[in-house]
Amino acid sequence: MSEQRPPDYPYIPNSVPKVKEQMLREVGAESVEEFFEDIPDSLRLKGKMNLPEPLLSEQALKRHVEGILARNATARENLNFLGAGCWQHHVPAVCDEVNRRGEFLTAYAGEPYDDHGRFQTLFEYASMMGELLNMDVVNVPIYDGLQAAATSLCMATRITGRRHALVSKAIGAEKLSKIRDYCRPSADIELVGFEAETGQLDLGELKGRLSSDTAALFLGNPSYLGTIEQAGGEIADIAHEKGALLIVDVDPISLGVLTPPADYGADIVCGDIQPLGMHMQFGGGQAGFIATRDEEEFVMEYPSRLFGIAPTRVEGEYGFGDVAYERTSFAVREEGREWVGTAAALWGITAGVYLALMGPQGMAEIGEGIMARARYAMLKLDTIEGVKAPLFSTPHFKEFVVNFDGTGRSVAEINRALLAGGIFGGKDLTQEYPKLGSSALYCVTEVHSRQDIDRLVEALREEVA
Amino acid sequence: MGQRDITKERYSDGKPVLRRFHQARWDEPIIFELSRAGQRGILVPEVDEEIRARAGDVLATLPDGMRRKDPPALPELSQPQVVRHYARLSQENLGADLNVDIGQGTCTMKYSPKINDQLAANPKLLDLHPFQDEETVQGILEVMYRFEQILKEISGLDRFSLQPGAGSAAIYANVSIIRAYHEARGESKQRDEIITTIFSHPSNAACAKTAGYRVITLYPDDDGYPDLDALKAAVSERTAGLLITNPEDTGIYNPKIAEFVDIVHGAGGLCSYDQANANGVLGITRAREADFDLCHFNLHKTFSTPHGCGGPAVGATGVKEELARFLPVPLVEYDGDRYRLDYDLADSIGKVGSFHGVPAVVVKAYAWAMSLGADGLREVAGIAVLNNNYLLKKMLEIPGLSIPYAKGKRRIEQVRYSWEKLAEETGVHSEELGIRAADFGVHYWTSHHPFVVPEPCTLEPTESYSKDELDEYVAIIAHVAREAYTDPEIVKSAPHNSTVHTIEHEPFDDPSQWAVTWRAFRRKVGGD
Repeated sequence: MSEQRPPDYPYIPNSVPKVKEQMLREVGAESVEEFFEDIPDSLRLKGKMNLPEPLLSEQALKRHVEGILARNATARENLNFLGAGCWQHHVPAVCDEVNRRGEFLTAYAGEPYDDHGRFQTLFEYASMMGELLNMDVVNVPIYDGLQAAATSLCMATRITGRRHALVSKAIGAEKLSKIRDYCRPSADIELVGFEAETGQLDLGELKGRLSSDTAALFLGNPSYLGTIEQAGGEIADIAHEKGALLIVDVDPISLGVLTPPADYGADIVCGDIQPLGMHMQFGGGQAGFIATRDEEEFVMEYPSRLFGIAPTRVEGEYGFGDVAYERTSFAVREEGREWVGTAAALWGITAGVYLALMGPQGMAEIGEGIMARARYAMLKLDTIEGVKAPLFSTPHFKEFVVNFDGTGRSVAEINRALLAGGIFGGKDLTQEYPKLGSSALYCVTEVHSRQDIDRLVEALREEVA
Repeated sequence: MGQRDITKERYSDGKPVLRRFHQARWDEPIIFELSRAGQRGILVPEVDEEIRARAGDVLATLPDGMRRKDPPALPELSQPQVVRHYARLSQENLGADLNVDIGQGTCTMKYSPKINDQLAANPKLLDLHPFQDEETVQGILEVMYRFEQILKEISGLDRFSLQPGAGSAAIYANVSIIRAYHEARGESKQRDEIITTIFSHPSNAACAKTAGYRVITLYPDDDGYPDLDALKAAVSERTAGLLITNPEDTGIYNPKIAEFVDIVHGAGGLCSYDQANANGVLGITRAREADFDLCHFNLHKTFSTPHGCGGPAVGATGVKEELARFLPVPLVEYDGDRYRLDYDLADSIGKVGSFHGVPAVVVKAYAWAMSLGADGLREVAGIAVLNNNYLLKKMLEIPGLSIPYAKGKRRIEQVRYSWEKLAEETGVHSEELGIRAADFGVHYWTSHHPFVVPEPCTLEPTESYSKDELDEYVAIIAHVAREAYTDPEIVKSAPHNSTVHTIEHEPFDDPSQWAVTWRAFRRKVGGD
């Protein structure tokens, strides 16, 4: 090996042979191999790993990865009406600008003195979410809305000391799957149906299933099927009468126009912040939030980190730190609440940027604009022979069920035809909700223009004719 | 005119002088304090007139109780103010792009290559919906499939799920798979115990408990290895599994690991390898050789993807073929022509995370692995371990510092040091030294709790820092340790050059004072 040879590995400074040799000399080792002498021979990998040949130059790597990704056809190049937990909203440029800054992107778990910026941005995120939700406690983001739902239910079982939990049937299959796996040791999950005509929670069934062992009712509002629950306050009263908590899973981008669940009696509010400034990125922009009132019995049941504000020894200066750290698994391992670890903090910072840009007026306008576009889409779609939109007779926010029973066509067939015309049709609900017949969940947001919606309507009209 | 040796002026006694670091101190207000009524940061798209006409007053369709009465009291800022606010806050953050970030031991704060971030910001990924037709997402499925093949080779295991959202989520997934395995054999009621070690990440214990298990924790023997006799005493027909890290957070490799696995297998349990500390053993030893049934890798650690202030991340979960039927759905399959998503696993534990996890992180990790190949990954491990043993040698020259256990043995990729002697002699604690180090632009982390090693300090230099940078880090720690002996007050009253001064801790544990949001703070302190 020539000593003049440049290092092969630009990311590995000490791979330069001369430096390596000097360091080995200083530690009294002949070769790097010596450091592995404690690993028994029987456990050593014999020979070299069988991996693809590396792409050593950045240019070659870029060409390779971009070449693969080029095979994707995106929602930017096509017209997308898929939602179902990951939604296409506009991402302000400032959101990307902030979350791509190396100071945030490459930091991790420094103390408040090292990473004051991380603590303040996440405190501000929680504070802005607190205004949106009208609640005083919001956690540092966890993985996603699925985890937020499952943990909210677990928190409710601990707060109430009860095991039975009711979950509205108007919930996505993925979320229900997560809840069933995660809550198994702590909660017995039972489903509550909704009215076939309106999509509203079946209050009679709710009353029948509630008992003195019920920890909570979990309800999406807007629901997975896009419906807005009308009787929030009544539902809260029914649950509270039995000593059960009301957990509401909410789309935060709806809260410029919709009543925050706390105002109609929700005790725990959860959801996913992906709509607030995260690209869809094949589902990788999700992050979960949980919010409650500032009561000790609630705060002490969060597994997540809670960043608090406090004075420093210099007047007028704020510092930050972990609130009630002793409840976490970081502090007390299995004696803590569930667990805490790396999750989705950068998306929390980003959602904070989003809310700061939007302000109260932006959130009100976007909410109303989404509702108007969705309603326009429903009205137009409903004019197509054999198509019913929305399936449920109730106000909707940005998603709604479109039923194709009258066309005699399956959603799969229809979506295939739409795709051929550059349109991603709504999510096929045939497997999740067999009772809804040939139905799909459509999502309309502020990214859709009138022309976009009209194009969908015309394509569908032609297809089912 | 005489020539000046400019570089030499930055040296003293042949050594570089310490940086005159001072962290940004913008005294940046809380964002609500910057608000002025009527300012806007961004406009939302106008609603088309015809849409408005057809849809009518949509808010009027809402039932009374569902229409928001008071607008949310969000701050009102113009766009440049938002940008400046966040740019300033970013400057008050010490990311790995800025500091010699070797002090966050166990976190593997290596360099996150910029090209990989760029590749993951490709619109061809950003604008994909997770429920798009498979035909339209062949590219991202190919990346996921290819990366799974790489992980299979690195671990020797047979199938991977990339769905868990970070290391702890992967640990949970593994526990859930262990539970499903015993259920399938009709032994889940009987097998209600999980064994782990105190030097494994706390989430091993916490996830097992969350999944309903009784947790048995092994402590180290005199040499620092998890106690083999304690394991023998712990296993029984109640054992569901073992969750263990190797090397543990001490940096000591447990050479008897195969025996641990055998003992648990002998009792009918499964063994899961927490590979959070895999960076030093890439291409050296694998889960397969020690006969582990499951493992997980933190892509944001070993595989270089940026930590993002604590995620997004991926905990890739790997299993032997016999356990593949329990993995979260969907898995990515390839028939030689097309990639497809397989949801059809009858015994799957279901969903651990949304959709397909965080594919952007997978793209970054894939690009990283492809930029190195087998030789490169071996070089990563070799240099990470060389850096660690070099750092260890230099650190131990600092009076007051020692390492517990395994005297004379090499360490793998990190070391848990102890300032016990310095603390006894000066009254200065490890946390205080770490905070003082921040005055010089670096930091370190002590250890998870409980502090089994007294006055701990955990350093993991990875492969990403030059010899000069390691020397600089040691010089800073040596300086701070020297101060502890000569001027302990300056250490105890640190930080001095940080963004803020010593924070009052009491409010964080007092329900009447704690404030997780600005509104709570205003209410409690401001009397709102």
